[in-house]
Amino acid sequence: MKDWRARLAPTWSKASVPVYSIVLAFAVAAVVVIVSSAFTETGFDPLLPFAAYARLLAGSFGSGNAIANTLVSAAPLMFGGLAVGLGLKAGLFNIGVAGQFLVGAFAAAVAGASFATAPTIVGMPLAMLAGALAGGAYGFIPGYLKARTGAHEVVTTIMLNNAAALLLTWAVNDLVRAPGFSFPRTADIGQSALPILAGRNLHLGIVFAVAAIFVIRWILDRTVLGFEIRTVGTNPNAARYAGMRPIFITALTMTISGLLAGLAGAIQMLGVIGFYAPGITASVGFDSIAVALLGRSDPIGILFAALLFGAFRAGAPLMQIETSVPIEVIDIIQALVILFLAADLIVRKVFRVRAPKVEITEMATVTGSWGTGTPPPGSAR
Amino acid sequence: MSDEVVTSHKTPVLEMRDVSKRFPTGTLASDAIDLDLGEREIHALLGENGAGKSTLMNILYGLVEPDSGEIRIDGATVTIQGPADAIARGIGMVHQHFMLVPVLSVAENVVLGQEITRGGQILDLGAAERRIHDLAERLGFKIDPHARVDQLSLGQQQRVEILKAIYRGARILVLDEPTAVLTPQETREIFGVLRRLREDGTSIIFISHKLDEVLEIADRITVIRRGKVVGSRKPAETNESELAELMVGRAVSLRVDRGQSRPGEVVLEIAGLRATDDRRREVCRGVDLTVRAGEIVGIAGVGGNGQDELVECIVGMRKPIGGTIGIAGRDLTHLNVDARRDLGIAYVPADRQRFGLVLPFRLPDNFVLTRYAEAPYAAGFGGFVRQDRPIREEASRLVKEFDVRTPSVDVTAATLSGGNQQKVVVAREFRHDLKVLIIDQPTRGLDVGSVEFIHKQVIERRNAGVAVLLVSAELDEVLDLSDRVLVMFRGQIVGSFAAAEAQREKVGLLMATGQARA
Repeated sequence: MKDWRARLAPTWSKASVPVYSIVLAFAVAAVVVIVSSAFTETGFDPLLPFAAYARLLAGSFGSGNAIANTLVSAAPLMFGGLAVGLGLKAGLFNIGVAGQFLVGAFAAAVAGASFATAPTIVGMPLAMLAGALAGGAYGFIPGYLKARTGAHEVVTTIMLNNAAALLLTWAVNDLVRAPGFSFPRTADIGQSALPILAGRNLHLGIVFAVAAIFVIRWILDRTVLGFEIRTVGTNPNAARYAGMRPIFITALTMTISGLLAGLAGAIQMLGVIGFYAPGITASVGFDSIAVALLGRSDPIGILFAALLFGAFRAGAPLMQIETSVPIEVIDIIQALVILFLAADLIVRKVFRVRAPKVEITEMATVTGSWGTGTPPPGSAR
Repeated sequence: MSDEVVTSHKTPVLEMRDVSKRFPTGTLASDAIDLDLGEREIHALLGENGAGKSTLMNILYGLVEPDSGEIRIDGATVTIQGPADAIARGIGMVHQHFMLVPVLSVAENVVLGQEITRGGQILDLGAAERRIHDLAERLGFKIDPHARVDQLSLGQQQRVEILKAIYRGARILVLDEPTAVLTPQETREIFGVLRRLREDGTSIIFISHKLDEVLEIADRITVIRRGKVVGSRKPAETNESELAELMVGRAVSLRVDRGQSRPGEVVLEIAGLRATDDRRREVCRGVDLTVRAGEIVGIAGVGGNGQDELVECIVGMRKPIGGTIGIAGRDLTHLNVDARRDLGIAYVPADRQRFGLVLPFRLPDNFVLTRYAEAPYAAGFGGFVRQDRPIREEASRLVKEFDVRTPSVDVTAATLSGGNQQKVVVAREFRHDLKVLIIDQPTRGLDVGSVEFIHKQVIERRNAGVAVLLVSAELDEVLDLSDRVLVMFRGQIVGSFAAAEAQREKVGLLMATGQARA
């Protein structure tokens, strides 16, 4: 009994604040639901949150179909969360997952469409590869700019998000528009789609996403490259002293991060959407940041955080239909989770967390990105 | 007799009674400490790093809340909730790392937070400058109130800190390791200022681990070890060895026995080296030096005269703008850090926390920080996969060999004391295939026990034929350890002495003025 407790202690000291943040977010959102219920036709209902959360749970885990929906929503968040999390490990805040996601989705759509009639075993991997490479290339740009010139990745990636959306709109309109549709879109991906494993929509991309979690975990924990990424992210001066090349690591990490974001776009394209049209949602980009922070940039943490956010997305419609609590409550909960993570002192006070404060370097990277002007690691002297 | 306590005969202006503080990590940083400070007294607090001196003073300054105990000022019990409280009660603190705004003037820094204003909102700097000028004169030194702080020497900056405290009405002045960054001349001057302050009615707590200074300046010396007062002495009634023994808890040898050096071939050769600092000012202006195998060459100099940049050029962390660096006849001016290390250069950086360690990493990762990509620590897939077992074995071996005090290797470097952190860096760098050892401030901030240990290790390496280049702001350290002493001033080597001819005064003067005669 004591034994497993002792063994879990280090994990719990890392996970306690995120877990408590979620609990607190649900509690505060419940108050919002109760208060707002007074202004709706249903009238004041102090028990409404319980009903709503019960439907949320039913919609996300209540049936095979619900679980499939949760997993399908979670898969791109796993890739996206890894993209942000890996960057944070290297001291980089990749806020450009949205753009890299779109570029990856577009490349997968175009490649998929050109292999639409080829066997899946050929077309699907090539379309995935195209998405990965496109995302990686799009991540390389801010990485290179940061390494060479010191341009802050937060600024460049925000710019590149807009650039991606606009460029791709142009590309779909003028370069790869499929004939025979009333609106601009790419052609069908046909055989290049990710195979469905079970049910209506449980596609192979989920397996890829979970595999990616463990591959990235292995790279970070067990390889020389991972050690270099973590060292550069934690203490770039010591990295230079140790003979690492922070400039190179920065550019490489940003590229891998973009590659993961591109894969998020690719599986969403090949597993769910099926064609690229301007205005396809890139909410994955910003949810990924939340997932990475909630998971504390730890791949396993990201796995669980992505499942939670996936469950929100999957369960919210049922909640809205059956209790008329609007889907937007989910956004409130997500926002509150991040708020409590950032202001972890609140959580520590409320739940009397005794564990010594684990320095959350990732949060420092995020908050430090706004105006403190941290010099890029190893920027040219 | 460690329990005999010398009490002051004057009325105590400050008493700390039975003050205890246990940190959440379990360390008892202050264990029922009693301390008093008489009027017009300079009371020195002496102790190793981590002995609890700073914690005690942080309690006094309201930065740390004690678990128990009380503080009395002029006999009345007070609670101090924060620095503002402390200042209001006449307590001033000069931190080891100065708390000045570099781009503001002396006057602006001094009045910061207590500005003199006209008509409510308009800053009256003129009035402030006059008051600061008068105050400085009364304390017996000159300072230009208009000067920008970043253009002052460290010694002058420290005076600004003292002025700031006195300006705010401090009657009790706490100085935390005030001489750590000063030259011998500056130290003497600051002692003059402290004596003047004492005559003026100020009571002073002087924190230090330098025995000679404490004996020179203090009226009373209290020694703290592991959070406890282990003794209190008058300078006239004690000596360095007794104080060192009290501090460490065992007899220590204060002077290392260097023995005879047997210099061999020239190993490290630097010619005409020029380099710029981060602000692109040329701070190394043609440095020539050689170090032979089996020889310790020490560079003395006030911090900021180009030593750091010189060292960074040698190890490959900074690109020189001119000149050459060679090892055993091989030019390595254009090699990177890694390649130089492969040629047998090891480097103990001046700032262990900024460069030498990754504090949030556990000890094994820190022990292989500069060798992480080498076999056997990395293997498989072309040396891509890290090998846990050899890394941990190396860590355990070095912990034992260098006597790193730690509960296990599985703690982060951040949890170790400064001395033990330094031992981790030293243990890692003192590898056996070493040719050139560059050590920058190897014992900065360490207690006498750790200093003794590290000095012995350095000499052992020299005797094994390693060429050692030592840079230290601690003149005594350079003089004690070096077989040859070089003085660096404004980016050039301005003097070279054999160990026997390197007298403290001569070297000190050269450090301060760059000339052999003032």
